[in-house]
Amino acid sequence: MADYLPHTDDEVAAMLAFLGLSDVDELFAAVPGALRLAGGLDLADGRPEPDVLAHLDALARGNGAADLVCFAGAGAYDHEVPPVVRALAGRSEFVTAYTPYQPEVAQGVLQAIFEYQTMVARLAGLPIANASLYDGASALVEAVNLGTAASGRQAVWVSAGVHPHWRSCVRTFSHGSGHRIVEIPLTGGVTAWPDDAFSATGVMPEPPGVVVVAYPNYLGCLEDLSAVRRLADAHDATMVVAADPVAAGILRSGGEWGADVVVGEGQAFGTPLSFGGPYLGLFCCAAAQVRRLPGRLVGETLDADGRRAYVTTLRTREQDIRREKATSNVCTNQTLMAVTAAVQLGWLGTAGLAEVATRCARGTRYLREAAFKIAGISPLTGRTPVVRELALRTAVPARTVVDRMAAEGFLAGVALADLVGDDGDGSVDADAAVHGLLVAVTERRTAAEIDGYVLALDKAVRR
Amino acid sequence: MTTKIPPTPPRTTYGTGPRTAPPSAHDGAVQVHAPGGRALSAPLMGRGEEPTIFELSEAGRHSWQLRTTGVPQWNVEELVPEAHRREVPVPLAEVSERDLVGHFTRLSHRQYSVDLGAYPLGSCTMKYNPKVCDAVASLPGLVGVHPGAPTGMVQGWLALLVELEEALCEVTGMSAVTFQPAAGAAGELTGLLLMRAYHDARGEQRRRVVIPDSAHGTNPASVTSAGYEVTTVPSDGRGCVDAAALRRVLDRDVAGMMLTNPNTLGLFEEDIELIAAAVHDVGGLLYYDGANLNAILGVVRPGDMGFDVVHMNLHKTFATPHGGGGPGAGPVAVDEKLVDFLPGPRPVRLGPGLGGSSDGAPASGVTTGAGRYGWTMPPRSIGRVHSWHGNALVLARALSYILVHGGDGLRRVAERAVLNANWLRVRLSSTYDVPFDRPCMHEVVLSASTLKRHHGLRALDVAKRLLEEGFHAPTVYFPLVVEEALMVEPTETESPQTLSALAEAFERIAAEAEEGGADAAHAAPRTTPVRRVDEARAARTLVPTFDARAGEG
Repeated sequence: MADYLPHTDDEVAAMLAFLGLSDVDELFAAVPGALRLAGGLDLADGRPEPDVLAHLDALARGNGAADLVCFAGAGAYDHEVPPVVRALAGRSEFVTAYTPYQPEVAQGVLQAIFEYQTMVARLAGLPIANASLYDGASALVEAVNLGTAASGRQAVWVSAGVHPHWRSCVRTFSHGSGHRIVEIPLTGGVTAWPDDAFSATGVMPEPPGVVVVAYPNYLGCLEDLSAVRRLADAHDATMVVAADPVAAGILRSGGEWGADVVVGEGQAFGTPLSFGGPYLGLFCCAAAQVRRLPGRLVGETLDADGRRAYVTTLRTREQDIRREKATSNVCTNQTLMAVTAAVQLGWLGTAGLAEVATRCARGTRYLREAAFKIAGISPLTGRTPVVRELALRTAVPARTVVDRMAAEGFLAGVALADLVGDDGDGSVDADAAVHGLLVAVTERRTAAEIDGYVLALDKAVRR
Repeated sequence: MTTKIPPTPPRTTYGTGPRTAPPSAHDGAVQVHAPGGRALSAPLMGRGEEPTIFELSEAGRHSWQLRTTGVPQWNVEELVPEAHRREVPVPLAEVSERDLVGHFTRLSHRQYSVDLGAYPLGSCTMKYNPKVCDAVASLPGLVGVHPGAPTGMVQGWLALLVELEEALCEVTGMSAVTFQPAAGAAGELTGLLLMRAYHDARGEQRRRVVIPDSAHGTNPASVTSAGYEVTTVPSDGRGCVDAAALRRVLDRDVAGMMLTNPNTLGLFEEDIELIAAAVHDVGGLLYYDGANLNAILGVVRPGDMGFDVVHMNLHKTFATPHGGGGPGAGPVAVDEKLVDFLPGPRPVRLGPGLGGSSDGAPASGVTTGAGRYGWTMPPRSIGRVHSWHGNALVLARALSYILVHGGDGLRRVAERAVLNANWLRVRLSSTYDVPFDRPCMHEVVLSASTLKRHHGLRALDVAKRLLEEGFHAPTVYFPLVVEEALMVEPTETESPQTLSALAEAFERIAAEAEEGGADAAHAAPRTTPVRRVDEARAARTLVPTFDARAGEG
């Protein structure tokens, strides 16, 4: 018997007596007898904390991946999370608060979100950032919703260079929204927008209300966003860029390229790999779209004494007020991850963010130059420039490479087949899916680790 | 203008000092031998402003330190083609580590939290978050795992998820769970898309989803997102779904009905069997909004009530901390007939004939794995609803909470939650209106209607005065069917002493208004880091970033 209930038996008895009851079961008199669970839940009885912690620790030790040197990315990256960020973001005032419904006692979270919004908006080159969404995929789904509402048209052109899981989410939610999703394939690692590819076959898809591109795309390649802006202009469509926020430290921002909406996965800012969650959905948009913004927005104002204060604002967009006419159903978001990102970006500062991005690019180049000297390795995306991630073509199936490299102490990357399936998709054909390995190098990888990786890779790709 | 803080009325109170008299059943008193349970926090939180981090910034200052790597120091011009290269760095704050710590620590002092005091925020189940769950969520073997790693290297995570799935199926009376939805609203939308897929597979086009007028706002918003139209059914005089009205709106155009039970009035829908039968009779599915699951743990299960789809809010029922607005986790549990439609891939325990050497994302209907656990893709899956596998670390916390409590402990959780809410209901029923004054479940909806009419004391004023008293406010003006609603959910982890102190605060606020009008309450809160916030100004003169400040920054 273990729990966190403060009541003594005497207190329970006194409280029941106060209610005129003699037994706790009487508290549930409104529940029809036939429905009540006879004999209780078929779960083991409670166990003391040390036992439970030992059990979970044993499970955790069953995850060999945690012990490998991580060269996997694909939207989840092994970046430095310093002790100071863990300490501040772990403060229980932030951790155990609810949504800031009472701003007078929630200025801590509200101001941290205000600072987060400022940092993320600067990163995206757009004036508005919301208080976070669930993850990169959900941010993209909301961007598509905003984009179709803004353009008034339901067709959405999504580059196949957008992360396969994110594209899957867009398709899933289109079953409810009625959006018509058109996936635009890649050629040589970059999007072949219908101007060139489709017109050759004579089949033009329905003109888009929204155009979505990833920057860099999930294969690591840099897309020409000025072409995407022209395409969006030609169709009077909303331009959505799914941008890597770390690469944004050295790349032109989505806003600079003319994006109407920039979304991203913010895990890289202070949140560990965590088996995929909780992560952080970044969402930014142009000022003209602010009333279509999904989720919460913090604004600055004054209190009754004229002091600066923060509060969630433009609330009439939201589900609890607008109900079925809300811009989104989002309520709970990922505030703690957003606060964490604000702390991490505060720690990095102007120079630190640029340094992390540069170091990722250096490591990626260092690995790339060495890897391409291996006989069984060739580029999967030709000469297209990459920044912080790259796709290798491996002579043996990439899953085999990952398994063999694990024995050498490396998480070699993510096999493309694990993302797109063995048959490939609009981004890669079946052969490239099976032989494609997506490799990410963060600022945490040393030259010695990369050298060791390349040696192991050389062995792993031999038949 | 200065406002005098009224003196505390000289009343006999409980939980504020030693008492020698035995507890009396009449006033619900609990014997206490020392002051305790009084969650006064506001004085600790400080006043005054905290500058933004941008105002603390000094060009050239820094706190970052990165690993020594030995990687060649190519400059950015050699790494990024000019057309793509950023011309100026992203301007961020430049602060020392000491200033970073000072800033966010001071911000944390301007923030109320469960760890600081009672948080009777109705519908939000702000119970104590056990620290052991933090320890679990910090285990290197859980935290350091890449979500795209092959199954053979994530056996621990898969085992954990399968164990949690089995526990949640038992708690809800369902057959299978998807962990991908990151929060309750995501769970709702997922559940509605499952409904849609189910009807589509049967060749049926249905357009409407029924929700009660007392429903959470996420319900109608999710219905719209799922491409359905909302049909609202009114509550009856007892605060429950009006069964006759429900029958009138049900036909074969109805895809399903969303319901929370107990409902947002804190009342158990006693006619749930009739409601379920009526929805099923027209071929609809019944959706359980799990926001209020805490009330019925181990007492009655959604599956046994006739629900087909259930979402849970692990950040409510299973004590995962809410993080100031998230992360949550909104797993969806379904009846057998919906399992094939679930988002995928799903973690599974591999049986004979399952598994193989291939890893990663399996094709539709295929199960893969390289160990005792693997992934399976439901054959008619609606697709993914998350970038990866859901809010995994939140799920790990929830499992540890469930294991510590066990089946017996979860039942006690519900009992004490309902006991606490009813104690407050009875104690406060002579001071505040109780629109539906009969035994409630885990929360009680009070109303300030009479106090407003006679003394000008609104629900909002009560909420703001409670902040001065050191408590978080209840949920106000919800559910919409109650005027001047004060929705109070004490949760099971608050002691009788804390409940007494909370009740006294409620009573003191009412007494002040009765004795001297509501001016003091209108001026509240005065002891918090800021006073009432001008929300209209925030919306009118939108300043969503530091850069949007007029004439500053």
